[in-house]
Amino acid sequence: MALSLDATDRRIVLATQKGLPLCARPYHAVAEDLGLDPAEVQARIRRMLETGVIRRIGVVPNHYALGFRGNGMSVWDVPDDRIEELGRRVGDLDFVSHCYHRPRFLPEWPYNLFAMVHGRDRDEVRAKVAQVAEVIGDADRGHDVLFSTRILKKTGLRLVA
Amino acid sequence: MDNPRSLLALDEFERHLLDGFQRDFPLTPRPFADIAARLGVTEAEVLDALREMKEMGLVTRVGAVFRTGSLGASTLAAMAVPAERLAQVADLVSAHGEVNHNYEREHRFNLWFVVTAADGDAVRAVLDDISAATGIAVLDLPMVEGYHLDLGFTLSWH
Repeated sequence: MALSLDATDRRIVLATQKGLPLCARPYHAVAEDLGLDPAEVQARIRRMLETGVIRRIGVVPNHYALGFRGNGMSVWDVPDDRIEELGRRVGDLDFVSHCYHRPRFLPEWPYNLFAMVHGRDRDEVRAKVAQVAEVIGDADRGHDVLFSTRILKKTGLRLVA
Repeated sequence: MDNPRSLLALDEFERHLLDGFQRDFPLTPRPFADIAARLGVTEAEVLDALREMKEMGLVTRVGAVFRTGSLGASTLAAMAVPAERLAQVADLVSAHGEVNHNYEREHRFNLWFVVTAADGDAVRAVLDDISAATGIAVLDLPMVEGYHLDLGFTLSWH
């Protein structure tokens, strides 16, 4: 994946990755800190959105604090020739927050499809995993759900200066 | 970690802010005023509500969510750590600035973390360092393909 960020883009990312300032003119505030023109800051952020470097800009809720205590990483062993189609269908489920194809690591790790499922508690997560199982159907050669027991560290994706 | 102000205690305006603005935050000079206009409240009310929810930990931040991989290379790593060493190994892993998520999970592979660095070699160096320091193998499971656009997360109030 090509990095199309120049030095100014990187300064903007570094200045905003912990969040925009909660003030009336946040882009102006960032621009002032960086000695840039506010319109340029907005334009560069817009371009990062358009090129997909930024997926979205908005309110980032803390799901755990909001009561979504169940976090299950469901992992599936599906045939390689079907993973594309199944990954798309599982990723389309509205309760799946992340869905990725990752390599197997045999023999200890046979799973190649990861789907993160959130719910208020484990039962809700299990019920949702059952829905994923329905989508995968007879391509399911084995799956597991890894519940998180502790969040030891969580920061947004960070660019290191 | 328990917050007395749960999801259900939020009023309709706060829920709307949380659920309706996870994407498409205005790229305009006064974005909070634009949100306020849409919700029929004042700019100050929007800012106050967001500041309060941030202070309470209900909102992590208001800002950009970056695409995995867009700021460099990253991988998901897993380790099977003996229970009696878990706290020490977890601290060692979290101490790396390149580690941005670190979760304990119920499984033989009980420690799962995401490593992000400038390029693949830098990621590999962090994994090698952790493995050498602990004597425990690290599974390296980089994304081959992503199937979800991550347009936010519906909080589905009940």
